[in-house]
Amino acid sequence: MTIRKISPEELLSLDNFTVDEEEPHIILNKAICANCSEKPCLIVCPAVLYTIKDEEINFDYAGCLECGTCRIVCKNKGIKQWKYPRGTFGVAFRNG
Amino acid sequence: MSDEEKFDAIVIGAGPAGTACAYVLAKEGKSVLLIERGATPGEKNVTGGRLYTYSLELVEKGLYERAPLHKKVVREKIMMLGKESAITIDYVDPTFVADIPQSYTVLRAPFDEWFASEAEAQGAMLASGILVEDLIEENNKIVGVKAGEDEIYADIIIAADGVNSFIAQKAGLREDIAAQAVGVSAKEVIELPDNVIADRFNLNNDEGAAGVIVGGMDGVTGGAFIYTNKDSISLGVVLNPEDTAQHGKKIYDILQDLKVHPSIYPLIKGGTTIEYGAHLVPEIGFHGMPDKLYKDGLLVIGDAAGMCINTGTMIRGIDLAIVSGVAAARAILKNEEYATGDVGQLYIDELENLKLLPTMRLYANMHKILSLPRMMEVYPSLANEMMQFMFKVDGNLPERADKAMLHILKKHVTFGQLISDGWKGFKAL
Repeated sequence: MTIRKISPEELLSLDNFTVDEEEPHIILNKAICANCSEKPCLIVCPAVLYTIKDEEINFDYAGCLECGTCRIVCKNKGIKQWKYPRGTFGVAFRNG
Repeated sequence: MSDEEKFDAIVIGAGPAGTACAYVLAKEGKSVLLIERGATPGEKNVTGGRLYTYSLELVEKGLYERAPLHKKVVREKIMMLGKESAITIDYVDPTFVADIPQSYTVLRAPFDEWFASEAEAQGAMLASGILVEDLIEENNKIVGVKAGEDEIYADIIIAADGVNSFIAQKAGLREDIAAQAVGVSAKEVIELPDNVIADRFNLNNDEGAAGVIVGGMDGVTGGAFIYTNKDSISLGVVLNPEDTAQHGKKIYDILQDLKVHPSIYPLIKGGTTIEYGAHLVPEIGFHGMPDKLYKDGLLVIGDAAGMCINTGTMIRGIDLAIVSGVAAARAILKNEEYATGDVGQLYIDELENLKLLPTMRLYANMHKILSLPRMMEVYPSLANEMMQFMFKVDGNLPERADKAMLHILKKHVTFGQLISDGWKGFKAL
């Protein structure tokens, strides 16, 4: 393999995740997001997990790197819950 | 829960800050519970990065020799990127690695896991895979922690839960972090054979290089870094999240473009990306710290306390985390010895004695220079264009050098901006 631009999906496939299927750690209030004109989350999430589909915001918590950036730029509080995944769940870096 | 089961101290978070604190306390015979939300310590953590050795020496002399550190840093690079060009300052200094090397490149998953095991060997009890959800408060004093159904009590709680600092928020010591106080970092670890890295960076066997990169970030306030590890290179960006959102180019895209910049690509070509990480960095240092680092029954240390120094050429965090962990442990031990009752003030005193707070104060306004709008894009481009003039030959009659320089200068900035930036820079020092 050589150096090239890699897609976000491919980058995340390099990391280990233990997804908590019962409890998502980040929950959106999509009604607020629908009225948010800025949507900084689309730009700043390093894992590009916030996307727009049929004019609705979509978030896939499964590939979350747990950095917290979306929460701190979310001025309109469309992110109604941001907490760390329950113990042992979430991303597990082998290098870090 | 009976009194026998109460700990002397509970440390929340087994990163460098929390583990250093637990290590020192356990070594002095205290009963310490070190709680980590990851299944193993380190798996939630990301660094640039490097570790300045003096901090580990403070925990225990010679400890660094057993640590899974990567390369002793002998070369410091400053790279100023233009659109396709770059100016690189490459400083080599063998005195940095004589005797005890000043710093090592490091990867956090293996380092944190090792460090926590050293604290365990000193007698600390490590509880991994447990997320502390809340504090227990009685009569205005923090007396324990809640994790799921469990309530665990201790004489003192140490919040070392990292940059998001939820525990300090729950204790009412700080608001949620402000977007302008942090940088968001994204990093790739790129695997390459050790000898290839050594050749590309002009290094001997066990030596490493560290580089800060300015410019080339599409005008976004921020920069990038590169570190050489054993068999890998860490390459990442650190960007202001609000500014990035306004510019509209994704953080991920900025890093992908950096990888193929003509000055970076030859350093990493042929490599294989083996991990992608992201983390927040408490970028602005002193002014980003909470007003108070303690309350009755609670001390806040490391990233959770906003401890970071960014001078533009140096980014320090892990060493400050470890120093603050040692300071907290020493304060707790002193408080017991002299029964002053004010462990919080003793902790601040230790942070002063260990030169952490004085150093942070010294650099308190550096972020004002680094966040000047022209600092990260206009000036690097300007310098690159001047270099281009100095080296370009195409057979045509070149402009007179003084006029050419003036043209380039005027193209990028006005004299008013230049004076204003110079004055702001001077004041910030």
